[in-house]
Amino acid sequence: MGSPALARDGLVERDYMIALKRALPPIAVLALIIAAWWITVVATHSVVFPTPWQVVTGATELIRDGTLFQHIGASLFRVGVGFGLAVIVAIPLGLWMGWVHGAYVTLNPLFQMLRPISPIAWIPIAILWFGVGDVSPIFLIFISSVFPMVVQTITGVHTIEKRYLRAAANFGVSRVTLFKQVVIPATFPQMIVGMRIGLGVAWLVVVAAEMIALHSGLGYLILDSRNAGNRYDLVVAGMIIIGLIGLLLDGLMRLLESLKVVRWRYVR
Amino acid sequence: MSADAVPPKIVVDGVAKSFATDQGSLRVLDDISLTVGDGEIVAIVGPSGCGKSTLMNIICGFDRPDRGTVRVDGVEQMKPSSRGILISQNGSVFPWLTVQQNLMFGLTGNDRDEKKRLADHYAEMVGLKGFETRYPHELSGGMIKRVELARALVVKPEILYMDEPFSALDALLHLRMRTELLRILEKERHTVVLITHDVEEAIHVADRVIVLSIRPTTIKATFEVPFAQPRKLASAAMQELRMAVLRELGVETYSN
Repeated sequence: MGSPALARDGLVERDYMIALKRALPPIAVLALIIAAWWITVVATHSVVFPTPWQVVTGATELIRDGTLFQHIGASLFRVGVGFGLAVIVAIPLGLWMGWVHGAYVTLNPLFQMLRPISPIAWIPIAILWFGVGDVSPIFLIFISSVFPMVVQTITGVHTIEKRYLRAAANFGVSRVTLFKQVVIPATFPQMIVGMRIGLGVAWLVVVAAEMIALHSGLGYLILDSRNAGNRYDLVVAGMIIIGLIGLLLDGLMRLLESLKVVRWRYVR
Repeated sequence: MSADAVPPKIVVDGVAKSFATDQGSLRVLDDISLTVGDGEIVAIVGPSGCGKSTLMNIICGFDRPDRGTVRVDGVEQMKPSSRGILISQNGSVFPWLTVQQNLMFGLTGNDRDEKKRLADHYAEMVGLKGFETRYPHELSGGMIKRVELARALVVKPEILYMDEPFSALDALLHLRMRTELLRILEKERHTVVLITHDVEEAIHVADRVIVLSIRPTTIKATFEVPFAQPRKLASAAMQELRMAVLRELGVETYSN
């Protein structure tokens, strides 16, 4: 494997060049799309569809009056609470279902049935139960992100290599030690996969949920911009911001993969 | 207490084991009986696929025999315990724990400082000083084996069960680890059951070498190794013993 620290020092400059080379093609594609978009809008004399520049000015307008950050804050808050609750429920539940065969056999069919129901299909029930406040989208986010995390955690427990469980049995450690030092850390990498999927879905769902029945959030921004005077520059700006934040959230989750306790899963 | 009255540490009595396969029942072990004395190092050699690992799993309590019993200190072995630690070919060092955490894994009790002290002592003994905070993926294959060995030693097991412990290592490292093991056993005497297909390893390490037949496996021969450590592998007597064991394994050599 060599010494990673030594290699890093010597290769900084080359790494930088490689990163630059790698970034060039996607930037070129992006530039091309923006150019094509711009040309098409100008050529077709569209009155409704904005040029990229109109999107930029629309976005700056929202930044200036502060509403953009309110919308982003509202969406992130709902995702934070809904996803956070889902993590708190999914990880212990997944560990339990993964470890206790009876729990798995009993609950898995139910989960497999609930999982394919689109979170959007829950919207009427969410409104019925929780009204049109913050609770409904939080509930929808919870519902949508809890299942992938439960499933991944179960998979994580089920795929723990037997040799590690045997070693734990050999040393005759307590149940607490077994869980704290073997089962849970062995499952971490799969939990992170589940969290990445869960947060991705949560972000998809919050925007959809906010389009239905609320007065803040990025989803609301998009629908309201259309309804209040065909401000398609703000619609597109909202879409781009959603995409960028989604990318950022996934990046944050990926940071978890670089934690030392899970590095073993990604080397070799 | 007279010395000759000391009962054997491990008694394997009439152990048999079959596995169900698509072609019907496969007899793997057929009536194996052997004893291992307290502090004795016994090597079990046999051809590939002869059920060495099955026998080992039964001896250390991970598997139950169909017939016969395994007794350790006169008590039937029903499940594995920390009195005898298994070190196997694949290894089971936890990749998510640091070297020190791995070594402390099997230690019970609440005195964290004492556990740390013990872990560090054994880390030093196997040559891992300075690597306590490293994770296994930052170590070489040979060092990971050392972690495994130290993790077993730190709980002061009465018995070390070694199932082809070094066969995943290259030849040079294999030899180095074997010497290391002998050095450690010199310092801390354990009862050792060593399973291997490497005859040289067997006669280098063990007091007694048991040769198994092909399936269904029985004991074919037993050799005493009457030489004190350090043994000279190249000596005529050792070479002669090596040939004799190989002959039992069905490998004819050109000597004599």
